[in-house]
Amino acid sequence: MKKIFTPLVIATAVLFAAALVLIARVPPESTMGLVQKIFYFHVPSWIGMYAGIAVCAVASISYLVTGRPAADRLATSGAELTVLFGLVGLVTGPLWARKAWGVWWQWDARLTIALLLWLIFVAYLVVRKYGGPGAEKLAAAVALFGTAVSPFVYMSVNIWRTVHPLTSVMPQLPKSAPEMVPPMAASAFAFLLLFGVLLIARIELGRRQAAVDELYLAHEEGAA
Amino acid sequence: MLKGFVTFVWSMLLVAPALAMQPPAGQSEFRPMSEVPPSEQLPAAPLLIAAYVFFLLAVLFYVWTIWRRLNKVEADIRALDQKTRAAR
Repeated sequence: MKKIFTPLVIATAVLFAAALVLIARVPPESTMGLVQKIFYFHVPSWIGMYAGIAVCAVASISYLVTGRPAADRLATSGAELTVLFGLVGLVTGPLWARKAWGVWWQWDARLTIALLLWLIFVAYLVVRKYGGPGAEKLAAAVALFGTAVSPFVYMSVNIWRTVHPLTSVMPQLPKSAPEMVPPMAASAFAFLLLFGVLLIARIELGRRQAAVDELYLAHEEGAA
Repeated sequence: MLKGFVTFVWSMLLVAPALAMQPPAGQSEFRPMSEVPPSEQLPAAPLLIAAYVFFLLAVLFYVWTIWRRLNKVEADIRALDQKTRAAR
C-alpha cells in the first residue's frame, strides 16, 4: 500500500491538471452555456460517491459475516468518502441548477432521494461516532440500507418526471457531443484516483488508531 | 347516474391540477456550441468557479482532518511510550 501511495498521488495530480486543461478547451453546451462545465466535476463526484458506497457495502457484508475489524475499518473509510464526494455532488448540483433551472434546489425525485442517500451515510458516521459498543454492526446495517437505496437515485430520473437530465445523457455523449468525452473521462479517472488515494490514507489512519487502542489495552492490562 | 357523473367530474377536477403541475421531461442529450455569447459568460462564471473551489476546499479539508487525526494517534503513541518508561 505504502509503495503505491506516492505514485498514485502524483498520477492523481497529473490527471487533474490534464482534466482542467481539457475542460478549459472544450466548448460549452449550447443551451446551458458556460455553467454546464460544472458537469465535469459534478458527475465524477457522484461516481466517487458510488465507489464509496460499493466499498462500504462490500466491507459491511464482510464484517457482518466474518467479524474482522479490518473490514469494519474499510467500511468506515468508504462511508466517509461517500459523504465527502456526495457533499461535492450536492453542492455543485445547485450551483449548476441556479443557472440552468433558475432555482438552487427543486424537491423533485432525483434531488430528494440523492439528499436522503447522503443523509443515510451521514447517519452511518454518527452511529459510528456516538453509537457506543456494538455500533459497528448497527452501522453495517445502516450501510446496507443505504446501498439498497442507491440504485433508486440513479434510476429516479427514468422512473419519475424530474427536471434533472436523464441517465441517457452519459451513454449518448460519444454520439451527441464527442468533444465532451475526453475531459469527462479524464475527470472521472482523476476522481477515481483521488478516491483511491484518500481511501488508502483513511485505511492507514484506521489501522494506526486500532494499533493505539490495542496498545492502551495492553498497557492497562500490564498496569493491573 | 347523476351521482356517478358528479363524482367523476369532481375527481377530474382534483386530479387535473396535479397532472398539470408535472415538470417537463428531463433533457436527454447535450449539444455542444462553438462559441459562448458574451451575455452568457459573466453570470455563469462565478457559479462555475464556486463549484470548482468548493471541491478543492472540501478535499483539502478532508485531507486536513486525516492529517490531524494521524497527529493525534502519534501523540497517543508517544504518551503511551512515556507512561511505559515511567512505570519501569
